[in-house]
Amino acid sequence: MPGLEDLYREIILDHYRNPRNRGELDAPPAARVEGFNPLCGDEVVVYLLVGGDGRVADIRISGQGCSISQSSASMMSASVKGKTVDEARALIRAFKGMMSIHEQRLDGSEDDAADAAAQSEVKMGDLEALQGVVKFPVRIKCATLSWNTLAQALDEATAPNA
Amino acid sequence: MALDVARIKKDFPILDVEVHGGKRLVYLDSASSSQKPRAVLDAMDRYYETTHANIHRGVYSIAEEATRLYEESKTKVARFIGAPSARGVVYTKNVTEAINLIVYSWGRANLREGDAVLLTEMEHHANLVPWLILKEERGIELRFLPMADDFSLDLTDLDRLVDGVKFVSVTAMSNVLGTLTPVRRLAEAAHAAGALIAVDAAQYVPHISTDVVDLDCDFLGFTGHKMLGPTGIGVLWARDELLEEMPAFLGGGEMIRDVRLDGWTPNEIPWKFEAGTPPIAEAVGLSAAIDYLSALDLEAVREHEVSLTAYAMRSLTERYGDDITFYGPSEPSMRGGVLSIGFKGIHPHDISQVLDEEGVCVRAGHHCAKPLMRKLGVSATARASFYVYNDEADVDALADGLESTARLFG
Ligand SMILES: Cc1ncc(COP(=O)(O)O)c(C=O)c1O
Repeated sequence: MPGLEDLYREIILDHYRNPRNRGELDAPPAARVEGFNPLCGDEVVVYLLVGGDGRVADIRISGQGCSISQSSASMMSASVKGKTVDEARALIRAFKGMMSIHEQRLDGSEDDAADAAAQSEVKMGDLEALQGVVKFPVRIKCATLSWNTLAQALDEATAPNA
Repeated sequence: MALDVARIKKDFPILDVEVHGGKRLVYLDSASSSQKPRAVLDAMDRYYETTHANIHRGVYSIAEEATRLYEESKTKVARFIGAPSARGVVYTKNVTEAINLIVYSWGRANLREGDAVLLTEMEHHANLVPWLILKEERGIELRFLPMADDFSLDLTDLDRLVDGVKFVSVTAMSNVLGTLTPVRRLAEAAHAAGALIAVDAAQYVPHISTDVVDLDCDFLGFTGHKMLGPTGIGVLWARDELLEEMPAFLGGGEMIRDVRLDGWTPNEIPWKFEAGTPPIAEAVGLSAAIDYLSALDLEAVREHEVSLTAYAMRSLTERYGDDITFYGPSEPSMRGGVLSIGFKGIHPHDISQVLDEEGVCVRAGHHCAKPLMRKLGVSATARASFYVYNDEADVDALADGLESTARLFG
């Protein structure tokens, strides 16, 4: 039986109490994407600025949510800053893999191997503290909300006519 | 007579379940769905074990008995809500479907572009989204009675808002705030304006003695699983004349008198609105739930909930002062046993998660009332709700659990 200490690790509570990169960016030039968790009404707004060098130049998070969604967003922002768009996408995949979410292929097979590879190549660092969330299935959506929103923001920021 | 909660608790097998390594289950989420007494479970088992067959079809004895049990449940429902006869009692799968039936049948037959319908800002999505769908389809106008600062329904502009409307559809009790709305007054205003009125009584019928004649409503909907009954059954009651005039909603078996390749004629009410095999075992369970509630006496149930709500508000305030916020009327007799709280700015998900560790079940979220949450200025609340099997010890467990929450997040 998983206990609360599996969920609320100290580092998660730290990011919750002192969220990194909170705020807004002018959009445009930044991409601004809202994410909603329809189950609980939480919302997150990701502001993402990709520089001419293809790296995440700046990122800001606003919105409201529970400790898991807020700390996950905070850690996400800290971990993608300075990364290339491809590295950020790999990190998203690795994070979702850690959350046991595997993209379904059209033929029904899962992308386990690719996710495992993504996970082993990508340094998760502090993000591993969120691993305990998997034991609380209803909270997985809280943890992945900001990551799904980031994925959309990356698409927007790199769209041909953005 | 006060409820003997210690005895009542013994009637609910689930309350013996232990969670998280030996913690007593403290169930405070009955507004979402109530637990079931053994009498309901046994009645359904007995039905399946001894008399199950499809109804209104077979001439053999168990089919006749199944039909009798099904129709008897409708008579009980009618009596339970003071309806003149069981002809006005339509079974649906829940109250959501009951309201959809009103909108799709009565609404589509009677509302045109520009016609106005009056709702309130406190509606559950069940009594809002179907109307929004009709608005998209027909271009009807929706008006809303606002919530006042004291969480009551603001009737200041009632005369203006009700003027010219064709239909009024209101909750009898808010599932977020616990607010009781003045249904009789609203019915009077609706009828004076030449409109009909429907009441979403999902949170009312399980807790307060209900009389549709006294409330003077035209339609009333509620749901079995919130009143000690099973899931999968809801009730739409409507005045016979209205059901007679309304077109059928879902088509299929049961709801027809005759079918030819080029047409069909509808069955009599209420069966005209019950397409396909209905929830028979669920109807039997609902019967048993009504028997159980009636034996407790709804007056005593209401008294118990008012006093438990008063105890909860008093003890939580004594313990946590300004750290706790109640979203709802401050006077317990003006409200139901639904307590939406804010606590130290801690997110309701986190509150609910920590409470769960202590065996305490409360609901966290927007409670299917997003427009109301926006008005309250929060994205979610933690909600504790009380029923016949809750006592002061359950409230104390909630108060203790909040202390753990504060320790972790405060
Ligand atoms: C006021 C109100 N209306 C409608 C509903 C919907 O009930 P059901 O899901 O059984 O259709 C609920 C409960 O969730 C409610 O509280």
